[in-house]
Amino acid sequence: MNPFSYERATDAASAIRLANATAATRYLGGGTNLVDLMREHIEQPEVLVDVTPLAQTIEVRADGSMLIGAAVKNTALASDAHVRQAFPLLSRAILAGASAQIRNMATVAGNILQRTRCTYFYDEAARCNKRKPGCGCDALQGFNRYHAILGASDDCVATHPSDLCVALVALDAVVHLQGAAGSRSLPLTELHRLPGAHPEHETELQPHELITAIEIPALAFAGHSAYRKVRDRSSYAFALVSVAAALDVDAQGRVRDVRLALGGVAHKPWRASKAEAVLRGQAATEATFLAAADAELAAARGLRDNGFKIELARRTIVAVLQQLTEARA
Amino acid sequence: MQFTINGHAVEVEADVRTSLLDLLREQLGLSGTKKGCDQGACGACTVLVDGERINACLALAVQYQGRAITTIEGLADEQTLHPLQAAFVEHDGFQCGYCTPGQICSAIGMAHELERNVPSVVTADLTAQRIAFDHDEVRERMSGNLCRCGAYNGIVDAINATFGRASA
Ligand SMILES: Cc1cc2nc3c(=O)[nH]c(=O)nc-3n(C[C@H](O)[C@H](O)[C@H](O)COP(=O)(O)OP(=O)(O)OC[C@H]3O[C@@H](n4cnc5c(N)ncnc54)[C@H](O)[C@@H]3O)c2cc1C
Repeated sequence: MNPFSYERATDAASAIRLANATAATRYLGGGTNLVDLMREHIEQPEVLVDVTPLAQTIEVRADGSMLIGAAVKNTALASDAHVRQAFPLLSRAILAGASAQIRNMATVAGNILQRTRCTYFYDEAARCNKRKPGCGCDALQGFNRYHAILGASDDCVATHPSDLCVALVALDAVVHLQGAAGSRSLPLTELHRLPGAHPEHETELQPHELITAIEIPALAFAGHSAYRKVRDRSSYAFALVSVAAALDVDAQGRVRDVRLALGGVAHKPWRASKAEAVLRGQAATEATFLAAADAELAAARGLRDNGFKIELARRTIVAVLQQLTEARA
Repeated sequence: MQFTINGHAVEVEADVRTSLLDLLREQLGLSGTKKGCDQGACGACTVLVDGERINACLALAVQYQGRAITTIEGLADEQTLHPLQAAFVEHDGFQCGYCTPGQICSAIGMAHELERNVPSVVTADLTAQRIAFDHDEVRERMSGNLCRCGAYNGIVDAINATFGRASA
């Protein structure tokens, strides 16, 4: 690991001031991703600004919406009484990720900004356009079981590994940001980028822009929601495919409203808007669910090792929607 | 850097790059905490910070200044083993023993989490006032600790014998 200096922020303003003093600064959350990447020389910051002292508050507003401080630990968010009751898919998504030890360390902002687990990104001997823009991608022809089936490019087929984010994009979460130029907010669906020709640009963040909080708007029917993660072992493994869903079915058995998102399939947490459009207003039946899954996955492309994910995603979407329909009946 | 380690105030000079794991093992001579993967994937380095379990390998020591850290060395007193240590002996909770300090610290952290009603991914009812202390919950909650000898049955038995009845 290269030498660096360590600074402790006391609030957002001090974090940004400390970060702006040097170009090669990284914010430090729980360190569970960044420290690992620094050991591998993939990240080489000269200054680490510890942002774990930032807001650790979880605010539930009168309308049921939530404002979650960026430094809230993954365990704390999954354990929150309001999340468990009003947004169970969020609690379940977090708990499906990593291990208890890591969830105790990891912050919400750090989870959102964690980097891909593509083995070629980690392997200094391999070609990776994220690590060295323009040098090529060894995953394209390599072992790509865990790689993207949606929104990938010829330059990068990596996936975003977060479970938490899949539930958050389903819930229309908004990211609150603060930087040298002031504050702004961005829907989480617009924070992460697709790889295109520049997979090294992973997010829309400005240099040293800080995540200060995550806002989740109220969604009455999210109390009826689920997260299903399919993986190579039943715990402590990244997703092959995951599905976050909330479903509102009316008395006539029609889909009044739905939120659907996929994990493990793309360079960003994938909001399944095409599937949602097919579902709204239709009978909540297997045929509808299949049509919705097919609409979303029409653009999916398999690589050498991950073609199975297309069918897996299709079946998992249908299974989760059926589970939510049956639980309601 | 200052810490409270196993109940004692400790002051130590260390490079900011030092992980909590290396600080414990290399600088303080507390080699009970083990280095397995050094990537957060095996759990051998699990210690308790203010009662919560974390992976010391991914923790920069500098970030944990002022905190109370408990390692395997801090569990027994001069005369008697911690009940969970004794249960690991009784129930064959290990073979080679390399993962054992992490397993034991992790299980103690897990018991606190259950007391605080922290859910897991196998918890059927997230809104239940009390989560069952059953086999599936223990296996899932301990999944962050690998045992390459495969002593899992003994580990689960030892944990159940120590914490199971009290919470049942
Ligand atoms: C073995 C293992 C298994 C795992 N399995 C899973 C899994 O199954 N599912 C899953 O979702 N995750 C998994 N993870 C990843 C884990 O969830 C992330 O490492 C963790 O959430 C990152 O949070 P952190 O606070 O430790 O971030 P850090 O490592 O501290 O930071 C990550 C990034 O976020 C930036 N950052 C942190 N805070 C801010 C802020 N406030 N504003 C701007 N930038 C910020 C940092 O600069 C850095 O670039 C696993 C990790 C390991 C090691």
